[in-house]
Amino acid sequence: MDAAANRTAERLARESYGRLVALLAARTRDVAGAEDALAEAFASALKSWPRDGVPANPDGWLLTVARRRQTDLMRRRQTRSQGEMHLQLMSEEMEEAASHPDAIPDRRLALMFACAHPDMERAMRAPLILQTILGMTATDIASAFLIPPATMGQRLVRAKARIRDAAIPFAIPEREDLPERLDAVLEAIYAAYAKGWTEIGDTSAERMADEALWLGRLVVSLLPDEPEAKGMLALMLYAEARRAARRDSGGAYVPLDQQDLALWDEAQIILAESLLRDANQAGPTGRYQIEAAIQSAHIDRRVSGRDNWPAVVALYDVLLKLTNSPVVLLNRAMALAETEGPEAALESLDTIADDKRMAQYQPWWAARGHLAARAGDKAQAHQALTLAIGLTSEEAVRQYLLDQRHRLQDG
Amino acid sequence: MKFMLLIHGDEAQSNAATSPDTKVMSAGYSAYTEALIKAGALLEGSRLRPTTDAACVRIRNGKTEVLDGPYADTKEQFGGYYIIETADMDSALDWARRCPASRLGTVEVRAVVQG
Amino acid sequence: MRYMFLIHHDDEALAKAPPSLWGEYAAFNEALTKANGTPGLRLDHASKGKSVTQRGDTVELLDGPYADTKEQFAGYFMLDLPDIDAAVEWASRCPSASYGTVEIRPIWPMDLQ
Repeated sequence: MDAAANRTAERLARESYGRLVALLAARTRDVAGAEDALAEAFASALKSWPRDGVPANPDGWLLTVARRRQTDLMRRRQTRSQGEMHLQLMSEEMEEAASHPDAIPDRRLALMFACAHPDMERAMRAPLILQTILGMTATDIASAFLIPPATMGQRLVRAKARIRDAAIPFAIPEREDLPERLDAVLEAIYAAYAKGWTEIGDTSAERMADEALWLGRLVVSLLPDEPEAKGMLALMLYAEARRAARRDSGGAYVPLDQQDLALWDEAQIILAESLLRDANQAGPTGRYQIEAAIQSAHIDRRVSGRDNWPAVVALYDVLLKLTNSPVVLLNRAMALAETEGPEAALESLDTIADDKRMAQYQPWWAARGHLAARAGDKAQAHQALTLAIGLTSEEAVRQYLLDQRHRLQDG
Repeated sequence: MKFMLLIHGDEAQSNAATSPDTKVMSAGYSAYTEALIKAGALLEGSRLRPTTDAACVRIRNGKTEVLDGPYADTKEQFGGYYIIETADMDSALDWARRCPASRLGTVEVRAVVQG
Repeated sequence: MRYMFLIHHDDEALAKAPPSLWGEYAAFNEALTKANGTPGLRLDHASKGKSVTQRGDTVELLDGPYADTKEQFAGYFMLDLPDIDAAVEWASRCPSASYGTVEIRPIWPMDLQ
């Protein structure tokens, strides 16, 4: 089997796995137990499907293998214990599902809402979704999220225990709670995408971006009437379309306004535009739609050559009202510099100048550095760029900022 | 001149140490630290948590790698240090010899680069 | 929690570093100081160090560091941080991460000095 077919087979194994974990966990709320029940079957599928081809009924195949193991385990246990009752429950679930393998209900959305529940630790929502829906290993997730692998493993165990012990509901939220709860799911998926964004030329990071895109498409397919799901997917696609243009052939960082348009993926941009249009027609706007609209405006400016910065500032105004986020204020300032000049932009940041969150926030110092440079305040620019350099983790961006700082001396 | 005394010891052994041993060891360290302070030599010192709590970060080809555990897989692990001010390397070595850690493990002496 | 960051250098890799490296270090130290960290203490090269062991009455004095590893311990810095996640972020900011390894070690609260 060739590489592409291999990937497809692996993808289908993961999809099937995710559907079954969601199904088994939905009733018992025991995610770890569901994963345990399916672990061997899943490993088996990952090995044999790419080699032998995907079975006609993938879910049925996994269920059969998993059930066989569960039955064996139960036969081997001598005493009646909580463990055995648990195995019994799992076994019954699988028996029921196996009797209708073509009609296994898709509980993945409920599982995602459980992972992103308000009572679940924010930083663990994305890792949970990646592991339970996609079958990603703790090691791969740790690698993308830059956490030591053993630590990530421990946190995932604790998070799953929390779902079980805190009786976190597996349900699509009611209409009035849906926007906020969905936002948490989308935020988790976008966080996963962002992990795959910063590393260039690294295949495991690109894979993370692919997984996030896949999850985004899944949510859109499962909630076709939700505009924010489309907005978030569009946002990811706008970013993904520019992946090839973010670094030049030498590996140097290339900011958006200098990127080579020929390297942008037109198909992804067209898809993003279409999703955004659909989203806008569906109802009240949300932060992902606005962020996507801002990206759309940036692309339009480069493609048409027409200045549309006032429209971008207006979009940031709406976004700021919605989120009240210092990061949004910062990005708005960069756009404001184009319409009202760098001094006005710097002034707009005064309200959060003492915000502790900005003190070690690299983009804050980078933005201040650029704005101060444009405003002719070399001393402030030098100081800000120095801090930005010190807070950067990427060599390419460090070199770019060092170069910017060096240029302060000329002219 | 400033020197760093690096204390290397077998964590597994010290974890397995029984209570009286630990008490004796603590007393030995307290006395040693007192001596350093009295001599006006001690600048700073800390004990590190075990290497089971350690992690390593490397960046290779632009990719950040995070690994569990310490950098070196050695029989004795780096578990504590003193920064001392003394006349020269010989004086620093005298202090290294007095350190209880040298009897169970190894004390490494490194000069601190000034400025 | 207080974290100690041990910098291990690969001399070979370091020798090939661009001249911008010293500027990167200076910038890193400024960011570190602003975050109330203890700026790095640098150590003389490992080959100039000495190791002392005593077993019974015998004192062994050896030239060089305790561990003969490809990357050698060259210095450290410290920071008070909420968790390992923040520690990893800071470790990845240290330019040495590209020319060796930055080892993260949580330390016990200071009871000395």
